[in-house]
Amino acid sequence: MWNLVREHLNDIVAAALFVIGFGDLLFQKNMIKKIIGLNIMDTAIYLLLASQGYIEGRKAPIVVDGVKDVSAYINPIPSGLVLTGIVVSVSVTALLLSLTIRMYKKYHSLDLDYCLMMARREG
Amino acid sequence: MKSGNTKTQNKTELIPGKTAKRLQSVYRIAAAVMIVLLFVLLVTAMVGLPEIGDKNNPDNNEVARRYIENGLEETGAVNIVSGMILDYRAFDTFGESCVLFVATICVTIMLRIDGRGGDEDDEEHETGKKAFGIRESAFAKFDSRNYEPQNDTILKKSAMLVIPLILVFGIYVVLNGHLSPGGGFSGGAILGTGFILYLSAFGFEKTERFMNAKTVKIVTLVALLVYCLSKCYSFFTGANHLESGIPLGTPGAILSSGLILVLNICVGAVVACTMYSFYALVRRGRI
Amino acid sequence: MEFVKNFPFFSIMLCMFCAIICSVLNRHAAKHFTRIVLLIVMVLSGVLLINTYNSGESFVYYMGHFPAPWGNEIRGGCLEAVFALFVSTVAFLSVVAGGKAIEFDIEDKKENLFFILVCLMTSSLLAMCYTNDLFTGYVFIEINTISGCGLIMVRQLGKTTVTAVRYMVISLLGSGLFLIGVTLLYTLTGHLLMSNIQESVSELLQSGDYRMQLTIVIGLMTVGLAIKSGLFPFHLWIPDAYGQSNVVSSSLLSGTVSKGYIFLLIKIYMRTIGMEAIEKSGVLYVCFYLGIIAMVLGSVLALHERSFRRMIAFSSIAQIGYIFMGIGLGTKAAIAAAIFHIFAHGLTKSLLFISSSEFTEGSHSKSIDDLKGLGYKYRYSALCYSIGAFSIVGFPLLAGFISKLLLGGAALGHGPLQWIALLALAVSTILNAVYFLRTVVYLYIPTEHIDRDNEETVKVTNTNANGKTDKLLLLPGMHCPSYVIGISVLVLLNFLLGLCSGPVTDIINKGLEVFR
Repeated sequence: MWNLVREHLNDIVAAALFVIGFGDLLFQKNMIKKIIGLNIMDTAIYLLLASQGYIEGRKAPIVVDGVKDVSAYINPIPSGLVLTGIVVSVSVTALLLSLTIRMYKKYHSLDLDYCLMMARREG
Repeated sequence: MKSGNTKTQNKTELIPGKTAKRLQSVYRIAAAVMIVLLFVLLVTAMVGLPEIGDKNNPDNNEVARRYIENGLEETGAVNIVSGMILDYRAFDTFGESCVLFVATICVTIMLRIDGRGGDEDDEEHETGKKAFGIRESAFAKFDSRNYEPQNDTILKKSAMLVIPLILVFGIYVVLNGHLSPGGGFSGGAILGTGFILYLSAFGFEKTERFMNAKTVKIVTLVALLVYCLSKCYSFFTGANHLESGIPLGTPGAILSSGLILVLNICVGAVVACTMYSFYALVRRGRI
Repeated sequence: MEFVKNFPFFSIMLCMFCAIICSVLNRHAAKHFTRIVLLIVMVLSGVLLINTYNSGESFVYYMGHFPAPWGNEIRGGCLEAVFALFVSTVAFLSVVAGGKAIEFDIEDKKENLFFILVCLMTSSLLAMCYTNDLFTGYVFIEINTISGCGLIMVRQLGKTTVTAVRYMVISLLGSGLFLIGVTLLYTLTGHLLMSNIQESVSELLQSGDYRMQLTIVIGLMTVGLAIKSGLFPFHLWIPDAYGQSNVVSSSLLSGTVSKGYIFLLIKIYMRTIGMEAIEKSGVLYVCFYLGIIAMVLGSVLALHERSFRRMIAFSSIAQIGYIFMGIGLGTKAAIAAAIFHIFAHGLTKSLLFISSSEFTEGSHSKSIDDLKGLGYKYRYSALCYSIGAFSIVGFPLLAGFISKLLLGGAALGHGPLQWIALLALAVSTILNAVYFLRTVVYLYIPTEHIDRDNEETVKVTNTNANGKTDKLLLLPGMHCPSYVIGISVLVLLNFLLGLCSGPVTDIINKGLEVFR
C-alpha cells in the first residue's frame, strides 16, 4: 500500500489538488476564491501531465551537441500540452477577473449568491 | 460607511425562504458527496496508472520517438517542444492563440468605456457626485479609473534600471524560442510585464507615446494575420503534398527553423499587447 | 487530392480570418463581412456534403506536413459535413434575422466585437466537428465556452454579468473534468489522435487491463461535456443564460453551442473509445436516465415559468434530455434519431427565440400574461412563432414531429427501457403542448382595450444600449426585410425537415456508417 502511494505520489497529489480546486469552484461564495480554486484545479492537471511525461534520469528535450537519441530526453508531448493548458487558463482567469470587476461595480459585492439574489430582484 | 449599513440591511431582507434554503442545503450535500466520490475515483484511477518515470509507459511510443529523432531535421528547431507545438501540432497552437484573442475581446467588451459607458458607471458617477457635491470635472479626479500614482522617485529610478533589462530579456526569449527554453508565450508575457511596469512608474501619458489603443490594435492585427496566413499556407501545402519551399537553415542559428521563428515573434507580439491591454483596461477602461 | 477536401479547412480558417479582420472594421462592415463569410461557409459545407454523400466515404486531411499520429489532422465525412452545414445555417440565419436586435442591445462601438465572437464561435464549432484529435477538441471547447460567455454578457446589464459568471464557473468545472479525462486517456493509450486511441482501447479491452481506469475516463468525459451542454443536474445556468441575453445570443447558444458539445460526445463515444467499451462501462444508462429526468423536469419547470423567454429556455433543457435519451439508447437508429433531433431542435429554437424578440420588445414586458393580443399587432412574427411552437410540440408536417417519431421508433425493442422512454416522450409532449400552445393562445386572444395610449410613454422609456429612442428600433421586425427573410427561411427549413425527412435521415445513416 505504502509502496503504491510512493510510486504514485505525484498522481495522488494531483488528484487531491484537483478535488480541492473543484470544491473551491463549487462551494466558495467569494469570486476571488473561486478563481483561485480554478487555478488550483488547472495546476493539478499540469502536475499530472508533467509527471506522466517524465522519464527517470532523462533531460528536457532540447537537442544539445547533436545527440538525437531517444534515450536521452523525456517525452516532449505532455510539455507541449501543459504549455497550451497554461495559456487557456491565463485567458480564462483574465476573463473571470474582469467579470468580477463588473459585478463588483454593479452590486458592490464579491459574493456570487448575493449578486444573484440582487439580480433576480431586478427582474 | 453609510453604504455599508444599507448593504447589511439589504442582506437581512434577502434571506431566502425556508424551501429555498432547504433546497440549497440539499444541493450542497449532493455536491459534497460528489466531490468525495470524485476524489475516491480519481485516486483509484491514479493508483492503477502506469508508474511515473518508467520508460516503457504507453505514452513513450513512436510519436514521441519521431519527435525526438527526426524533430531537428523536420522542423529545424533545437527545442523539440517548440518544434512540436509550432510545426507538428500547429493547429492546436493556433487554437490556443485564438483563445487568447477571444479572451481579449470579451475583456474589452466588458471593461472598455466608450463615450456614454454602461449604466452602472452612470450610477456610480451620480452617487459619487451627490456624495462629494462637486462639479463633474472635479469628480473625475476621484474616479478610480483615472487615479494615477503619484510620481514616486524610488519606483521611477528602479524602473529605469530594470525595464531595459526586462525588455531585452523578453526579446531574447522570443527570438530564441526555437533554440532554448522559452518561446512566444513566455517571452511575450515578459515583454508585457515590462510595459506594465513602465506604465505603473511613469503613468499613462508617457506610456501612450508608444503604447496606445492604435498601436495595440495594429500590432495585434498584423501579428494574428501573419500567423493565420502563414499557417494557412503551411496547412494547405502540407495537406496537398506540395513543397512548402521555406528553408529551414542551419540548426542552432538564430535565423533557422523556417516559420517557427516568425510564429514565435507573432505570438510574442500578441501576448505582450494582450497583457498590456488587460492591465490598461482594468486600470482605466480603455487601452 | 480532390480540391473539395480542402473545404473543411477553408471553412474553419475563413471564420478565424473573418474574426481577426472584424477587429478593425466598423459595425456595418463587420456585419456584412460576417454575413458573407457565414454564407460562404454554408455553401462550402453544402458542396462538401453533396460530395461526401455521393462518394460515401470519409477522408482525412493533414493540418501540416506530417501524417496522422505526429501532426494534427481533421477528418471529413457525411455526418461532419451535415453538422457543419447545420451550424453555419443557424449562425447565418440568426445573425441575419436578429440584425435589429443586435443593434438594439449592443453599444455601437462594440458591435463589431459581437461579430468577432460569432465568427470565433462558428469556427470553433466547425473545428470541434471536423477534428480528429482529442486535444484539439479540448482547445476549441475552450474557445467555444469563452465566446459563449461573451455572447451572454454582450448585453451589458447587471444580471447578464452575474449570469455570465455562473455560466463560466459551471462550464469551467466541465472543462476541468474533460481535460483530466483526456490526460488519463493519454496516459493509458499514449495517443491523442482519435483513431489511434480507438485501436489502443480495443487492445486494452482484449487484454483486460485498466478496465477501471477506462470506465472512470469515460465517466469524466461524459460528465464534463454533459455539464457544458446543460443536462439535467447541471441545468441551473440555462434559464438565466438563454432568458436574459440578447436573442441572437440565445438562439446561437441553445441552437448551436450546446449541440457542438453533444456532437463531440457522440464522436468520442463512436470514434474515440468505441461503442463496445462504452456499453461495457454502463455510462449509457446514466445518459438515458438523466435524459428522461431532464425531459420531464424541464417541461414541468417550463410550465411553472411566468417569464416568456425563460420558458423557452426551460424547454431547451427538456430538448437536451431528448437528445441524451437517444444517445443513451445506444443503437445506431437511436443515435441517428438524436442527431436528427439536434438539427430539428436547433432550427426550431432559433426560430422561437428570434421571433419572440418582437413580443418582448413590443410589449415591453417579459411576462407571458402580457402576450395577450400581440398576435394581431405583430402578425408575421406571431405566425412564425406559432409554427415554431407547433414544431417543437411535435405537430405533423413539421421537424419536431419526425424527430419524436424517430426517437420513439428507436426506443422500441429495448425491453423495459422502451416503456420508460415512450412514457417520458408522451408526458413530455403533453407538457410541451400545454405550455407552448398556451402562449400561442395568448397571442391570439382578441383584446380591444390594449393600452394604445400608453404606447408613446413606453417608447420614451424604452431606450437601448446606446441611449437612443429610435422608433424604428422599437419594432425590430416590421421595418427590417432581413428579419422577415431570416425567420421565413427558418420556417421553411422547419417544413423542409418535416416533409423531406427521408433524405436527411438517409444522409445521417450514411454518415454514421463511415463514422468510425
